[in-house]
Amino acid sequence: MPFKRYVEIGRVALVNYGKDYGNLVVIVDVIDQTRALVDAPDMVRSQMNFKRLSLTDIKIDIKRVPKKKTLIAAMEAADVKNKWENSSWGRKLIVQKRRASLNDFDRFKLMLAKIKRGGAIRQEIAKLKKQSAS
Amino acid sequence: MIRDDTRNRFSFPKLVENPRDRSFLASWCFPVEYSVSFHQYQVVGRALPSESDEHPKIYRMKLWATNEVRAKSKFWYFLRKLKKVKKSNGQVLAINEIFEKSPTKIKNYGIWLRYQSRTGYHNMYKEYRDTTLNGAVEHMYNEMASRHRVRFPCIQIIKTATIPAKLCKRESSKQFHDSHIKFPLVFKKVRPPSRKLKTTYKASRPNLFM
Repeated sequence: MPFKRYVEIGRVALVNYGKDYGNLVVIVDVIDQTRALVDAPDMVRSQMNFKRLSLTDIKIDIKRVPKKKTLIAAMEAADVKNKWENSSWGRKLIVQKRRASLNDFDRFKLMLAKIKRGGAIRQEIAKLKKQSAS
Repeated sequence: MIRDDTRNRFSFPKLVENPRDRSFLASWCFPVEYSVSFHQYQVVGRALPSESDEHPKIYRMKLWATNEVRAKSKFWYFLRKLKKVKKSNGQVLAINEIFEKSPTKIKNYGIWLRYQSRTGYHNMYKEYRDTTLNGAVEHMYNEMASRHRVRFPCIQIIKTATIPAKLCKRESSKQFHDSHIKFPLVFKKVRPPSRKLKTTYKASRPNLFM
C-alpha cells in the first residue's frame, strides 16, 4: 500500500501528545528527520516532534514558513475548519468530546433516549417477523 | 562602571559569528550532567588590579553551561589556559545570558569543536539544523556522547556559526534544503496522550499504519 499522507509544507496535523493535545496545526517547515516547525492561528510558531503529530488528509497551499496573516488566509481559503469537522475523524472527536462533557442529568436523558430507540427497533422487528411468518 | 579596554569593548555580542573569531568557548568539568538544557552566557572578567598593573585587560568569553555558576567556572577554566590569571586573583565583571534572536527560524548551525578521545585530542566540525543555537549545542553534546563516547567535560567548543544553506557540508543537513520537501511517516507511534493513562497491558494489538 503506498502512502497517502505525507509530511509536507502545508500538511494539517493533529497534535496527539503534550501541551497542545487535540489542536490542529499546520506543518510550516521541516527541521530534520524527527522535528517539524509547526504553526496554528492561536499559537506561537514552534518546533514539534513528528511523534506528537498525527497527519490528516487536509493540506493547504502555502509557501515555506508563511507569515501568520498569510497562514490564516490560506487556512480560510482551504476551509480547514469545516473540512475537519465534516470528516469522519473530526466528527468522531467531536462526539467523544461531547460524551466526555455530559453531566449526570445528561446521562439520564441519554439512557431514556437509548431505551426509547431500542423499543422502536424491537417494534419494527416484531412487525417484520409477523409479516414474514404470515 | 566597567572600564572599557579599547581592544575588548564590553558590548552586546553579535549572534552571527565572525569567521575570524577565535574566542575559546568552554565546558565545565562536572562528572554528571543533571540538567541538559544548555544556556549561552557571556562572561566578562579580568585579573584583579595590583600595584604593577592598575588597569588589567578585560576579557570576554561566550560559553555554554547549564547555569550561571557553571558558566563562571568555565570562564576561569579557559582563562587559566590562556592567561596567567586564576579565580583567586581575578574577578568576573559581568555575566549575561545570550538569548536566541530568532527562535522560530530554522537555521543550519556549524559547530567546530576540540574533544579528547581515549587516544588524544581531535578537532571536529559538525552541522545541525535547529531553531536555536542552544538546541544545536545540546544536540552536539548528545551526539558526541552517543557516537564517540565523549562526555561533557572533554569537549571544548571552538566556534559556532550560522551557515547559509549553500555552504553546508554535511549531507544530513543538505537533504532538508528543499522547499518542496515531502516524505511519509512510516510507523505510527501508538501511545496514550499522557503518561498518566499508561497501562502495562492492552486489550488489542496496536495498528502501526499511519
